[in-house]
Amino acid sequence: MNSFTGFVKKEFLHILRDFRTLIVLFGLPVAQILIFGYVIRNELRDVKIAVLDYSKDEVTRELTDKIVSSDFFILYANLTDNNSIEKVFQKGKVKEVIVFEQDFAQKLERTGTASMQLIADASDPNSASLVVNYTRGIIFNYLQELNRNMKVPLQIVPETRMMYNQGLKSAFMFVPGTMALILMLVSAMMTSISIAREKETGTMEVLLVSPLRPVQIIIGKVMPYVLLSCINAVIIISLGHFVFQLPVNGSLILLFAETILFITLALSLGILISTIANSQQVAMFISMFALMLPTILLSGFIFPIENMPKILQWLTYIVPPRYFIEILRSVMLKGTGLLNIWKDTVVLLCMTAVFLTLSAYKFKIRLE
Amino acid sequence: MRTILFILQKEFLQVFRNRTMLPVIFVVPIVQLLILVNAATMEMKNIDMEVVDLDLSPVSRRLVSKFEGSPFFNIQKTIFSIDEAKTDLLENRTKMILQIPDGFERKLFVENKCDIQLLIDAVNGMTASLSNAYAQAVIRDFNAELLAKQGTNAYVNIVPENIQIENSFWYNPELNFKYYMVPGILVILVSMIGIFLTAMNIVREKEMGTIEQINVTPIKKYQFITGKLLPFWIIALFELGFGLIIGKLLFRLPIEGSLPLLFAFAGLYLFVVLGLGLLISTMAHSQQQVMFLSFFFLVTFILMSGVFTPEESMPFWAQRVNIINPFAYFMRVIRMIILKGSGFTDVIREFVSITVFGIIVLSLAIWRYRKVA
Repeated sequence: MNSFTGFVKKEFLHILRDFRTLIVLFGLPVAQILIFGYVIRNELRDVKIAVLDYSKDEVTRELTDKIVSSDFFILYANLTDNNSIEKVFQKGKVKEVIVFEQDFAQKLERTGTASMQLIADASDPNSASLVVNYTRGIIFNYLQELNRNMKVPLQIVPETRMMYNQGLKSAFMFVPGTMALILMLVSAMMTSISIAREKETGTMEVLLVSPLRPVQIIIGKVMPYVLLSCINAVIIISLGHFVFQLPVNGSLILLFAETILFITLALSLGILISTIANSQQVAMFISMFALMLPTILLSGFIFPIENMPKILQWLTYIVPPRYFIEILRSVMLKGTGLLNIWKDTVVLLCMTAVFLTLSAYKFKIRLE
Repeated sequence: MRTILFILQKEFLQVFRNRTMLPVIFVVPIVQLLILVNAATMEMKNIDMEVVDLDLSPVSRRLVSKFEGSPFFNIQKTIFSIDEAKTDLLENRTKMILQIPDGFERKLFVENKCDIQLLIDAVNGMTASLSNAYAQAVIRDFNAELLAKQGTNAYVNIVPENIQIENSFWYNPELNFKYYMVPGILVILVSMIGIFLTAMNIVREKEMGTIEQINVTPIKKYQFITGKLLPFWIIALFELGFGLIIGKLLFRLPIEGSLPLLFAFAGLYLFVVLGLGLLISTMAHSQQQVMFLSFFFLVTFILMSGVFTPEESMPFWAQRVNIINPFAYFMRVIRMIILKGSGFTDVIREFVSITVFGIIVLSLAIWRYRKVA
């Protein structure tokens, strides 16, 4: 047992000595959460628009003022003819051009209808549809004010309730995903690289001939990463909670138990990769393309799974973080208990069992 | 000059000899482009929704069928228990609930006004606000139709003033999200290849000790660096062209602007990226460190560059940070040139900035690089 503690100590020293990696390990989650929380947003604010007003009357001026005075839009340019629309879009600043037809106010007064055109730069399609929708909303409100004296009949008033995330904060979406990503990074990737390094430098041989049993070697290798992962998990959850007011509506114990389960899963994946890879580079690329990319892309972390093509949707079923992120969101935001997430938990348990058996089976005590 | 040629020869030989690197350089990008573009979609179509129609009147049915006809929504089921629908929302079986209250039609015609409720799963704030916008548009349209149809009805005899709004979406009338993503993914691809390969390559020599052998030769610093960077510069540019062809063939990406202009910018941009790779390699001692350092840089700057969300919606400080973010420049320029056909005069500022960048980063990297072990 004494040799085992010595071994664990050596592993800790290895990690603590590598100061740069440590900084990245703790810096990455903090930076990512801050970026996701503050930067990755789809809200409209200060969108630059241009106006092409063929009418230049009281109504169009009033309507323009109304649109520009909202927080969403900034008047960037007044255009004079149709040809300049293309030019102003190509400059890349303006996202929408509003065109009023000739004699706008007159037509509105005489015939009751006037028409205008909203031209959006749809090279960014989602922003374009949001921009158009917001503009329409403002025009709609203006109309209602215009018709205030008349009682507008048959009004259907939609009331929207944003469930689980009233402020539409992006941090709510990203904190669980970041957690899965970081735990994958620390537990799976670093473990696999560190074992592969021992193989590459030939020190694995030394370890194998030592009186330590293979199981002890693996456990010793894995221990520091378990600790690191746990610290990271705590950092991420508290950052989310204290900086972005991310609630933990469900049970904290359940949350922690699920996290430990996921860490175990990630570690077993890391061990499995290290049994296949013989050099750090190979271990790195396997973890990069088999673990990190699927975690970022196919887990519902950033991109909703429902929007993907069917084939990719099926692929997500074999991506473990998918289940973990689902569990985190349910427990933290929706406050559900084990009753609602037992299926995901069982899947994670099975996966862990499979990976552990596989890596135990593949782990060689001898070098070829 | 001949020395550089020899170093170049050596580098190319090494790149093409390495069995694991070849697939990384050529196959992975294709796979990435295929999977990323399809997976990285914020395109909102067929949003799952459930309807709780407690009224079951002709008007409420027409409203529901209006939702049914919209390409944005997919009605999974119509039920009568709001609690059941809420459980489905909780357990992630649906994304949105439309609740029409009892007596909706009567109230609408008698009081001229009636509320309906939308409950949206807002864990993902972005998709929730889009879903809301689409749902509101459907309801607004329905309302306008209803008004027009019932306009001659006894209930209604006033015609309010109306403004007809026509939308047009330029450069991408079908709102195809892939057109937006392909150029973005190309930026990620080219940058990743550039940074990783350069940094890894040099650190590998450090780790294996072969860098010392080069250090003791009379090779000059600039010759060594040119020899190290040029192969990856060529590979990365090749990658960009390759990616564009794939984008054109598979995603029918429209290429509006001039390709020489794009490649000229990419060439300049790659100096910055390769310089960054070199800089990272001077700071790292092992491949593992390179991996983490570049991963950290890449993830941070790529996310801030506006690959998924527009730069304008970022907070002011983030927009400021983007002034020193080379990815943001390329992200903007590639989309402008490819999708909108912007010309040189439109992107002249970006050209100047990226050149200044290149000079700074490269000189910094050369200055940091020491010919000592």
